[in-house]
Order: sequence, then structure tokens, then C-alpha cells
Amino acid sequence: MINFQYARASDVADAVRRMAADPDAKLIAGGTNLIDLMKEDVERPPRLIDISRLPLKAVEETADGGVRIGALMPNSDLAYHPVIERRYPLLASALLAGASQQLRNMATTGGNLLQRTRCYYFYDVATPCNKRDPGSGCSAIDGTNRIHAILGASSSCIATHPSDMCVALAALDARVRATGPAGERTIAFQDFHRLPGSTPQTDTNLAPNEIVTAVELPPRGFASNHSYLKIRDRLSYAFALVSVAAALELDGGTIREARLALGGVAHKPWRDAAVEATLHGQPADRAAFTRAADVLLRDARGYAHNSFKIELASRVIVRALTQAARGTPQSQSVKKVV
Amino acid sequence: MHMQQESMQRAGAATLARPASLAVPEKIPVTLNVNGVATPLRVAPWTTLLDALRDHLDMTGAKKGCDHGQCGACTVLVNGRRIVSCLTLAVMQDGAAVTTIEGLAADGALHPLQQAFIDHDAFQCGYCTPGQICSAAGLIAEGKARGANMSIDDIRELMSGNICRCGAYPNIVAAIRQAMGQP
Repeated sequence: MINFQYARASDVADAVRRMAADPDAKLIAGGTNLIDLMKEDVERPPRLIDISRLPLKAVEETADGGVRIGALMPNSDLAYHPVIERRYPLLASALLAGASQQLRNMATTGGNLLQRTRCYYFYDVATPCNKRDPGSGCSAIDGTNRIHAILGASSSCIATHPSDMCVALAALDARVRATGPAGERTIAFQDFHRLPGSTPQTDTNLAPNEIVTAVELPPRGFASNHSYLKIRDRLSYAFALVSVAAALELDGGTIREARLALGGVAHKPWRDAAVEATLHGQPADRAAFTRAADVLLRDARGYAHNSFKIELASRVIVRALTQAARGTPQSQSVKKVV
Repeated sequence: MHMQQESMQRAGAATLARPASLAVPEKIPVTLNVNGVATPLRVAPWTTLLDALRDHLDMTGAKKGCDHGQCGACTVLVNGRRIVSCLTLAVMQDGAAVTTIEGLAADGALHPLQQAFIDHDAFQCGYCTPGQICSAAGLIAEGKARGANMSIDDIRELMSGNICRCGAYPNIVAAIRQAMGQP
């Protein structure tokens, strides 16, 4: 770790002012990603602004019948919040699929949104990485790329976004609230994380001087028919090779509405509303789910060590939608996939 | 010869010139309430809670297994919640109540978890053990708060942040079940 100055922000406006005063400063909340990256010398902020004590830790019901989740709420508190458990169990399940309980007790909503890729080369400052060091090259494309993207990648970067929470938020049509010097704004979830393109150093469309204050969810939580299915190299405490957040609104055996988001396969949670629309009016059966998977994965391409993800993703999509249709969401404790 | 030596000397002096001093941040005063004792410290900002406990306070129960939040050997309780102390800074925890393995026994009696770990042979080399026990203490508190009746699958999943190279896992789970009062 390099030398840095440390200060605590007194409120959101103070945090915004401090960020404006030093564009190289970084906000710290739970610290579970930032401190890790500072120890690896990947992040070298000369100044940390501690926002961990700001009062942005509640779940409130909003005027439109949805909820607003404070950006500093610990992931464990969010997963166990009675309103989230009852109305948005897909989000609770996805949160519990990630990290360890110690980390979930520390990590925050905002930090989970903004966490950086776990690409081995991004982490290794001795290797070329366009995300860490623009223009230096991408070591993963012709290197070890088991955990890397099969969708939306570019010749500059094939990294994936590691979050489970974000996959559920994408499926649930969340919105991110942010505050900057120009005031507050709302960012639709599909516009929050970026694809790498030729500028992989920029993970999100959040401005450098903005702070995430909340995540809002619309009223519909698909609480009756959902599943978060995460496939990984270990049974627990590992990032997804492929994960799927699936949600359905059913009319008997017919799909009225579907939500389908993929994790572990791209620089952002992978969701395509056009593919979801093709499921409307279809029977909730394996054939319909397989057709949807084929379309959602049509542009998938593998690299030397991750082509298996394409077939795996197809199977996980079908299984997750089947679990959702049956009302038998994957348990995050009982590991057997039924 | 003389001029060659002089220029070599100058070149040597240039390469050996002392680098400009790097700015060293002031140490920051922090008070941690460690096992019930208000403990003032002065630490550099980059000092993790783990390093503050081990190096500044000689409380070496919490272990530095990986220093990256991946092994759980550094697990302590902060304000009653289990965290990995290697991924938080001491300055961020100013004023917090920290419970370490050293603080679990009370009035000369082992904590029920400590006794259970002995009863069930739940440790071999002992390196992961303080983290396992603190993590389990956190788990039990979480379960109580949620009124949860935990299955073995739940316990294993919720303890997955603590790894044990000796493989004492089945006995660790048995010890935790005993401490929870499960048959």
C-alpha cells in the first residue's frame, strides 16, 4: 500500500465536496474490494474518504410501491431484511450466493455495484492489462481465461463483472440513485455498468465525482416464481462461472412475463429485454426456455479456456427458469440442484 | 587517472544520492474497545484492524492467514458482527467494540464454543481455530437474531468463509452444533 491521507465525510454533500477537491481520492465504505486492491497495488489512491458511517443504511418503501435501498446497507442486512425476503426474494438469494458471511457483513450495496473484476491479470501489476493500465494490452485473451467473458467482450478486454447482487438487480429492473456536484440523478440499471469497448478502464457510467446513494426497485419482485442459480468451481465462496437470475409471472402454465439475467459471462449482468419478450405467451416449458437461451447466447464466443461456458449457460438458463416456473428456487445452503 | 577517478566519484555520488523524502502521513489517534477495554492507539492510516490487534496490541489470537479476506483466520467480532479484520482499517473502526478470541472466555471459564471445540477435537494445528471460533460466535448470534433453526447445511454454508487446511470441518460443525444446543 502506498501512503495515503484518510478523512471521514460528515454527510453526502461533504463527500461530494471532498471528491471534487481531489479527483484522485477514493471513497471507502466496507473496504472489502478497495483494501484488497490497495494491498495488491492495483489501486493507489492518495486519499481515502470514509463514507461508512453515513446514514444510508435503510430499506424504505417508495411512493410507487417499490423500495429504496440505502447505498451503505451491509449486504447481509439487505439479504435478511424482512421486506426484501418477502417481496424480492430473488435479490436476497443472489446476495447469499456471494462471498462469505464475514464479507457480506462488511460489503455495502454501493460497494457491491462498484466492485472491480477479479481477472487474474487485472490483479497482477506485473502483467499487461488495459483496464488497469490503458493501452498496455490484454493478457487474458491469449492467456488463462477460464473465468472470463463469452458475451459483450472486445479485443481490449474480456473481463467479467463478479457480482451476484447485480445480476438480480438487473433482472428486477433496478435504478441507481447518484449525487454529484450537479445534483441528483437516476441511472437505469442496464445503463450503469459498461461494456469494455476500447475503454475498459471505465467500469461504469457513474461520473468520477458522483456518489451512489441508493438503489431503487420497482414494485414487482416476482416473489412467487424466481430462482438464482450459480455454478462455480466450488460449492461455496467462489465467483460464478455462470449464474442466472430467472423470474416469471405465470398465468397457469403460460408465461405472462419473464426476466432473465446472466452473471459471470460479461463485463456487466447480461440481460436482453427483447429475448424476454419472446417468452410472453409461451408455455413455461423446457422447449420455450431452450429457445430463449439459444437467442440470448446467440453472440456468445469462447476463448481457449472458457468455451464450456456457452453450453453451461444454456443449461443453467433452462434449469433456473424451470425452478422458477415450479416455484422451487435454488437454495443457497442445500447445494443439490433440483 | 586523477580526472577519471574524480568523474567516477561524481557519477557514484549521483547514483548514491539520497532520494527526496516521501511524505509520511501523521499517525491518527484511534480508540478501540477491545474485549471491553477502551484502548487508545496511534496508527498509520494503512494499518488494518488485524495489524493493529497483532502488532500494536500484542493480541496475536487473530491470525494473518492470507491478508486478503479469503481464509477467515483473521475473523473477529466488531460491534457483535463477524468480519475479516484484514480488510478493514483500524481508523475506520474508531470507537468500535472489538471482540477477539482472547475475550471470549469469561470469569475463568471457557466459552461454550471453546469447550465444544475441545470436546469434538475440532482443531489440529490450531491456526484457523481462533477465526473459526469467532466466526461461529458470530454465526450463533446471527441465528439467534433471526430466530433461525440451523441445519447442518446452513451451518456449513454460513461457515464457508473459514477454511481449515487440516480438514477438521466435520468436527468443527459438530462443535458448533453442540454450542447451539443441538442434539
